[in-house]
Parts: sequence; C-alpha cells; structure tokens
Amino acid sequence: MWRDAMLVAGKDLRIEARSRVGLWQVVPFAVLVLILVAFAIGPDTQSLRNAAPGIFWIAVLFSTVLTIQRSVAIESGEGTRDGLRLSGIDPAGIFLGKAAAVGLQLLVLQVVLWAGVTFLFNVRVHVVWLALVTSLLATVGLACAGVLYGALSAGLRVRDTLLPLLVLPVLAPVLLAGSKAWQAALDGNASSGTEWLRILIPFAVIYLVIGIVLYGPLQEAA
Amino acid sequence: MAPAVQLRAAVALAGRFPALAGVDLSFEAGEVVLVVGANGAGKTSLLRVCAGLLPVTSGQALVLGVDLTEDHTAVRRHVGLLGHAAPLYDELSAAENVRFSVRALGLPASAGDQALERLGLVGRLRTTPAGRLSAGQRRRVALAALVARRPALWLLDEPHAGLDTPARSLLAELIGEAIADGAAVLLSSHEPEYSVPLSDRVVVMGGGRITGEEDGGRRSQLSAVPAVESPPEPGTMGTWHVA
Repeated sequence: MWRDAMLVAGKDLRIEARSRVGLWQVVPFAVLVLILVAFAIGPDTQSLRNAAPGIFWIAVLFSTVLTIQRSVAIESGEGTRDGLRLSGIDPAGIFLGKAAAVGLQLLVLQVVLWAGVTFLFNVRVHVVWLALVTSLLATVGLACAGVLYGALSAGLRVRDTLLPLLVLPVLAPVLLAGSKAWQAALDGNASSGTEWLRILIPFAVIYLVIGIVLYGPLQEAA
Repeated sequence: MAPAVQLRAAVALAGRFPALAGVDLSFEAGEVVLVVGANGAGKTSLLRVCAGLLPVTSGQALVLGVDLTEDHTAVRRHVGLLGHAAPLYDELSAAENVRFSVRALGLPASAGDQALERLGLVGRLRTTPAGRLSAGQRRRVALAALVARRPALWLLDEPHAGLDTPARSLLAELIGEAIADGAAVLLSSHEPEYSVPLSDRVVVMGGGRITGEEDGGRRSQLSAVPAVESPPEPGTMGTWHVA
C-alpha cells in the first residue's frame, strides 16, 4: 500500500509540476482572496490583525477545493480512470498517494500565504510550534476529506460545481479550529491553542481511516 | 486446461440497460477470439466484463480462474485492456506513462523500456509529453504499456484504429508472440480485413448476445494447409504449418 501511495503521489506531483496550475492559478487565487478580504475589512490595522487567522484559513479552504478539483481532473482524461482501476494499484494506496500529493501542495501554499499574511496584516506568530502543528494536522484533514469527496463526485458531469457544495461544509471544523489555534499562536497563548487541536486530530484520523476503507468502493461506484 | 474465459448466461448491466443479456462464451489460453457486431451489440461491454470493469449481475463468469460474480476486481492486474481511448496522462512522457504502468505491478522499469523499443517509441518519441503525440502514437504508447505488463488475457477494443500499416503489422506480430507465450486474446473490431486473419474464432454479437460463430483466419489456414512434413509418431500430434 505504501509503495503504491508513493507511486501515485509521485505521478500526481510530477503532473502538477508540469502543468503549473498550482503555481499560476491556485497560489495567485489564494493571495487574491487574502487581498480582497483585507479590502473588505478596511484599513484599520487592529481589525486586520484580528481577522488574519480567519482570512488565512478561508484562503486555504478555497484553495483546497481548487487543488482537489485538479486532483480529480488528472484522472478524468479519456480512459485514465479505467487505466488506474486496471493498474493493479491498491485503492487505499491510490487514496493515500492522492492525499499526500494534495497535502504537499497545500503545505507549500500555506508557506506562501503565511508570508502574505505577515506582510499584508503585519502579524507575527509567537508560538511557532503551535502554528506548525495546526497547519500539519489541518492539512492532513483537508487533504483526506477532500480526496474522499473528490472520489464521490468524480464520475458526475456536474462535479466541478458540486464538489464545493459537498466539501466546504464538511471542512468547516478545520476552518474554525485552525483559525482559533492560529489566533492563539499569534497571541502567544499556547494552552488555549492546544484545546483546538482536539478537533483537528480526530478530524484528520477519521478521514484518513474512512478514506483508506472507502476509497475503493467509491472509485467503483463513481 | 482451464478456459481463460468461461461465460455462461452472463448478464451485465450498464445502468439499467442490459449491456450483456446472457452471453455464452468460452476460450482457452493460446486462442485469439474476434468479436464482431454492429454498434451497440455489446462488444465493448464484453471486453469490460472480462477486464473486471463491469460487474456480472447474473450467470457464471470465470476469467483466468477468477469468479467475477464473487469479486470482479480481482482479475484486473492479470488482464491488459486496450480501449478506444489510450489511458495516458498528457503531461507525462511516453516513457513515464509506460513506467508508471509497469511499476504499478511491481515490475522493473526495464520491462517498460524494452516494450517502448519494441513498439518503435525511441528517441524524442520517448520523452515527448503524451498530450503532444498523435492518436496513432498514443495508441502505440498504450500498446507498449500493455506489452510490458505481459497480461495473461489481452483485451483489444478496435486495436487497429489509428494505427498505420507498419504498426498494424507489428500488432499482428505482438498478438502472435502473446499467444505463443500462453496468453489468450479477445478482440473486437470493425475492420475484418485486418482482424479476421489474426483470429482462431469469430463470434458475432447482437443485442448483448452471441448470435453466431465461425472459424477465424488462423483456424481456416490451419485446416486448409494440413502439411505434415513426416508421418507423426504414434501418440503425437505431428507438425502443422500455418500458411
């Protein structure tokens, strides 16, 4: 399963690196979300600082939807979905590989957004380990849930418009817990931040396990 | 010898539509069976059933010893399907596509390289992204992936479509090598001038059923030219020459 996951992740990342959709579309889109929400809040520095964690995670969430759509689109070429089903790769390996590829892209995106938030909103993270752990846990949850719902919508003609409707409500706990934990990391209040990790940890574990078990049947049904 | 494919009253649904409406078909390793019929006759569905992509809802279906009515997915890694569309990732090169396919089975990358060479995919063709290849070149890449995986059952859907004359000759050679290695081949085609000479049997499909059967070109040639070089030893089959 792990060998299969590495194979699929390597293939997806290579395709993304060649297509440059992430670089020229997803990253600019995420930065645009930061800027537009900042415009909507106004020039008040304190308001922007207070809103920074929420804006960061909203940008990550919307970008997750785009990244998942790309991950699904890779397998939507004529014959490629059947090709993957016939490849002999364990469906759990496909799920883990696709989630790993999405997760890695989201982590790179968060580094860019972190720099953007620091520059635009003039904020500084005081508890760096808390911000890092939050990002890692949230990324695992976002990637696993996203790939799972991506598989659910893969065979549908309306998947591009349906996927955000399916996945955004499901990812709401990550938005809430991520924003609160990051706020605590900005404020230097580690103890209140770790409380929110109690939401992110089970979210990530549950979707990881569900994905490993259900990706195969979902792939067949799609 | 157990049949490579044994279908008895096999029914498969595509949505609510019966794509196969009770198919009886059996053939062994070393045989090439051609399926012909009008559009919508059920040829592609038959191939997809044998590939384990379309579940059998009733009847019996054994492919390479796997009971498809119990687990239709278990047979997949042992079959090779060349469908209408080449299952390639456009951003990856021909070599990368074939290597992904062979590494998925745990085979060495060299198996893919040998297949690419066999299909004439050398030089710039190896490194060109699949999205920039012509339809015929894409089909050759897909065929290279199939050859490299050395499946026990070849399932070829309109295999001559998009291929030029040298590639069609090469396909005939590859099919010959596959059956010599003990594989079975099931192909569908609308081009009998190319496909009948390759086949042992020709089955006719209509309305999701087998409606007729004839000898294919290989069997006709065998029976037409039964040249025996020397009298066979008692208890042996003798030597038959294909014209």
